Amino acid sequence: MKEATKDKCISLILLTVAMSAISGLAVITAFIFKEGLPIMFKVGLGKFLFSSDWYPHEGSFGIFPMIIGSLAVTIGAMLIGGSLGLGCAIVLTQFCPPRLAALLKPCIELLAGIPSVVYGFIGVVILVPLIAEHLGGPGLSVLAASVVLGVMVLPTVTSISVDAIQAVPRAYREGSIALGATQWQTTHMVILKAAWSGIVAAIILGMGRAVGETMAVIMVAGNTLDLPGGILDPVRTLTSNIALEMGYAAGEHRQALFATGVTLFVIIMALNILALTVSRRRTRRVGA
Amino acid sequence: MKWIVGLFLAVAAAMLYVSFCPWGRGSGKHAINCVGSTSVQPFAEMLSQEFDLLHTGQMVDVQGGGSTAGIQAVSENIAEIGMCSRSLKDEEASKFTGIPIAMDGLALVVHKSNTVNGLTRVQVRDIFRGAITNWRQVGGEDLPIWLITREEGSGTREAFVKLVMEAGAKIASKAPAGPAGNKHVANRIYRKAMTQESNGAVKELVKHDRGAIGYMSLGLVKDELKILAVDGVYPSLENVTTKRYPLMRPFLYVVRGTPSKGAQAFIDFTLSPPGQHLLVKEGLISVR
Amino acid sequence: MRLSPTTTQRIAVTILWTLAAATIGMLVFIVAFILVQGMPQVSLEFLTQAPRSMGREGGIFPVIVGTLWVAGLAVMIAAPVGVITAIYLTEYTREGKITLVIRFGADCLAGIPSIIFGLFGFVFFVITLGMGFSIIAGALTLALMVLPTIIRTSEEAIRAVPRSYRDVSYGLGATRWDMVTKVVLRSAMPGIGTGIVLSIGRCFSETAAVMLTAGSALRLPTSAFESTRTLALHFFLLAREGISMPKAYATASVLILAILAINLCAYWVMRRFVAKVR
Repeated sequence: MKEATKDKCISLILLTVAMSAISGLAVITAFIFKEGLPIMFKVGLGKFLFSSDWYPHEGSFGIFPMIIGSLAVTIGAMLIGGSLGLGCAIVLTQFCPPRLAALLKPCIELLAGIPSVVYGFIGVVILVPLIAEHLGGPGLSVLAASVVLGVMVLPTVTSISVDAIQAVPRAYREGSIALGATQWQTTHMVILKAAWSGIVAAIILGMGRAVGETMAVIMVAGNTLDLPGGILDPVRTLTSNIALEMGYAAGEHRQALFATGVTLFVIIMALNILALTVSRRRTRRVGA
Repeated sequence: MKWIVGLFLAVAAAMLYVSFCPWGRGSGKHAINCVGSTSVQPFAEMLSQEFDLLHTGQMVDVQGGGSTAGIQAVSENIAEIGMCSRSLKDEEASKFTGIPIAMDGLALVVHKSNTVNGLTRVQVRDIFRGAITNWRQVGGEDLPIWLITREEGSGTREAFVKLVMEAGAKIASKAPAGPAGNKHVANRIYRKAMTQESNGAVKELVKHDRGAIGYMSLGLVKDELKILAVDGVYPSLENVTTKRYPLMRPFLYVVRGTPSKGAQAFIDFTLSPPGQHLLVKEGLISVR
Repeated sequence: MRLSPTTTQRIAVTILWTLAAATIGMLVFIVAFILVQGMPQVSLEFLTQAPRSMGREGGIFPVIVGTLWVAGLAVMIAAPVGVITAIYLTEYTREGKITLVIRFGADCLAGIPSIIFGLFGFVFFVITLGMGFSIIAGALTLALMVLPTIIRTSEEAIRAVPRSYRDVSYGLGATRWDMVTKVVLRSAMPGIGTGIVLSIGRCFSETAAVMLTAGSALRLPTSAFESTRTLALHFFLLAREGISMPKAYATASVLILAILAINLCAYWVMRRFVAKVR
C-alpha cells in the first residue's frame, strides 16, 4: 500500500516538473508564432517567402534570398561535415584500437564545445583570404560558410553517431564476424543498418545546428541581400538576418524577424519529419 | 551517486543565494546603461573609464548595438542613455531629447593599395547604387568593386544615406519626382553590398580586401586604411574642423524626459572641458 | 570487375582513416592556432585583472565571472528539469500519441537556432518582464535553449538501457523509483552526462543570444540582475572590431581550456561512475 502511494507521489512530482518544462517550451513556440504569423499574412505568404526585396524601411519583407542562402549553406555543410563526421564515427567504433578510441572520443567531444565564434574567426583569418586569392570573388561566400559550418557540426555528428553505433548490441557484430564477414562488411551491412535511426538523428541534429548557426556565418558569408549565383558569391542566411537586425527592429520590422523565426521553425520541423520517416522505414526493413 | 546529487544541490544553492541576495551592492546605485551606436561606443567607453576615476560611485556600462537599437533601448527602458551617430528623425525628436556631444566625420575607406585618391559624391552614390562596378570606371585598376555597408539600424549608414545617396541625387539633378517611396528606391544601396555590423568589422574587411570600399567613422580609421577625398576635399583635421569636408554627422546622447542624477552627471562630464578634450584627442570635433 | 571483400575492406579502411586523420588534423590545427598565439598572453594577471580601454589592456576577470554565472545558472535550471522530464516520458508514461508529439516537439526545439531563443529572450525576458540586460535573462534564455537537447539525449540514453535490466529489477522486488534511480539512471549516466556536457559547452559558446539578453557590459557583476559579458562574446568583440588581436587570442585560449577542463572533469566522473556499476 505504502509503496503504491509513494510511487504515485513521485509520479506526480515528476509529472509537474515535466509538464512545466514542456509548457515552457510550448510557450516559446506559441510566442514566436503569435508574433510572426500576423505579418506573414499581412504581407502575403507568397510575397514573404518568394519575394527578393528585403527593405524593412520601406515595409518590404521578402526573405527568398535568405531561404536560398540558408539551404545552400546547410547542404554544403552537411556534405562536408556529415561525411567526415560519419567516417570518423565508423573509424572510432569499428577500426580503432580501443585505447586509441578512448583517447580520441573525448577529444572530438571537446571540439564540439569550441565556440562558433572561434571557427568563424579562423574562417575569416585563414579561409576567406584563401578563397579570395585562389578561387576568386570576395572570399566571403557560400563556400566559406559551408566549410566553416561543416567543420563545426562534424563533432556533433561524430559524437552522436558513435553513441548510436555503440548502442548496437555486441551480439550483432559478433554474429556477423562469426558468419565470416569482414569487418567492413559487418560495418556497412549489419551495424550501420542497426544504428541507422541514431545516425540519422545525428545528421539531423547536425543539420539543425548548421541551419541555426549565426555568428560564424555572419563573419564569413558576406550578408548581401542578393540571391547567390554560385558558391563563390556572398550570401545571407535566415539566422544572420535576425541577428543583424534584432537589436533595432521595432513594430512591423520586429514582427517580420519573428516571421523569419517561424520560417526557420517550419524548416526544422520538416527536417525532423523527414528524419522520423527515414528512421522508421529503415528499422522496419531490418526486422522486428 | 548520492554525493554527486549532494554536491550538485550545494552548488545550486550557493549560486541561487549569490544570484539573488544583493550582497556587495556597495553604493546601492546600479550602473547606468549606455547603449547604441558602435561609432560612439569606443569614445563613450573611454569617457566612462575617465568618469570612473572621478570616484563618484556612479558606474556607467557602455554597450553597442547600433544607433537605432540605442534609441529602442531607451524607449523600452533598458538603457538610460542611448548613443546615436546621426541626427534624430522627426518622430524620434518628439519623444526623445538628443544631446550633441561631438561631431564626427564619415570616412570613405579603401584598401591601402588602391590607386584612386578621391571621388565625387555622385560617383560614390553611383558606386553604392551598383551603377559603377569596377575600379577602372573611376580611374583605378581593373578590379571589381566590393561594397561594404552597415546594417539598416546603423546611424553611420543613415548618415551615409542622407549625406551621400540623397545629397548626391540632388547634386546630379536626379531628384526623383513623385511620392516619398520613390526617393527610397532611387537611393537604395545596391543589394549586392555586403553587410557588416560595426565599424570595426568594416575596417577589418576593407583592410584585407583590395577591391573593397566602405564607409565608417572617421575617428576610428587610424592609419590602417586609405581615406578618399570627397568632392575634392580630404578629411584632414583642418578641413574637418572648418567643416569644409562635406560628410559630417553629430554624435548624440539620447534620453527620454529628464535623465536621472547619475545619467546627468555622466552627460555633464562628457560635455565638460576634460571630457571634450578626451574626444578631441581621439579624433572627434568638439561641440563647444 | 568484382572486388573481393578483403580489397573492399582495405579501400574502405584507407578512405575512412584518411577522413578521420583529416578531421583530427583540422581540429588539432584550430586549437593549436589559437593556443599558440594566445597562451603567451595568458598569465595570472590576465585572469585576475579587470579590462581597461575596452579590452586593449588588462585582464578578463569580470568576463570569466560573468561566463560562469550565466552558464552555471542556465545548467542548474535546465539539467535537473531536463533529466526529470526524460525520466517521466520514458518510465512513467506509456508510449502513445502524446509522448510522440512531445518527443517530436523536443526534437524540433533542440534544433531551433539559438538566435530565435535570443530573440524570444530579448523580447520576453529583457523587455516584457523588465529584467533589462541581465545575467538572469541570459541564464533563463540559455536554459530554455539547452533544455530540449538535454531531454532528448537523456531520453535516448534511458531508452538504450536494455529492457532486461528493468525486468530483473522488478523481479527482485524493486519499486519503480528504485529501479529508475539505481539501475536505469546508472546505466544511462554516460549518455545523459554527454548531453549535459554538450549543453554546458553550448552555453559557453553562445554569443548572439547572450549579447541580446545578458548584454555586453565589461563590469564585474555583483548580482544576477546586472549585465555582463561572456568569454565568447568578449572574444568576438575583440576580434571583430580589431581592438586587440593578442588579447582576443588569449581570451579564446582561456575559453577553449575551460571547455577542455569541463569535458575532462565530466569524463573522469563518468568513468568512475561506469566503473562502479560494471
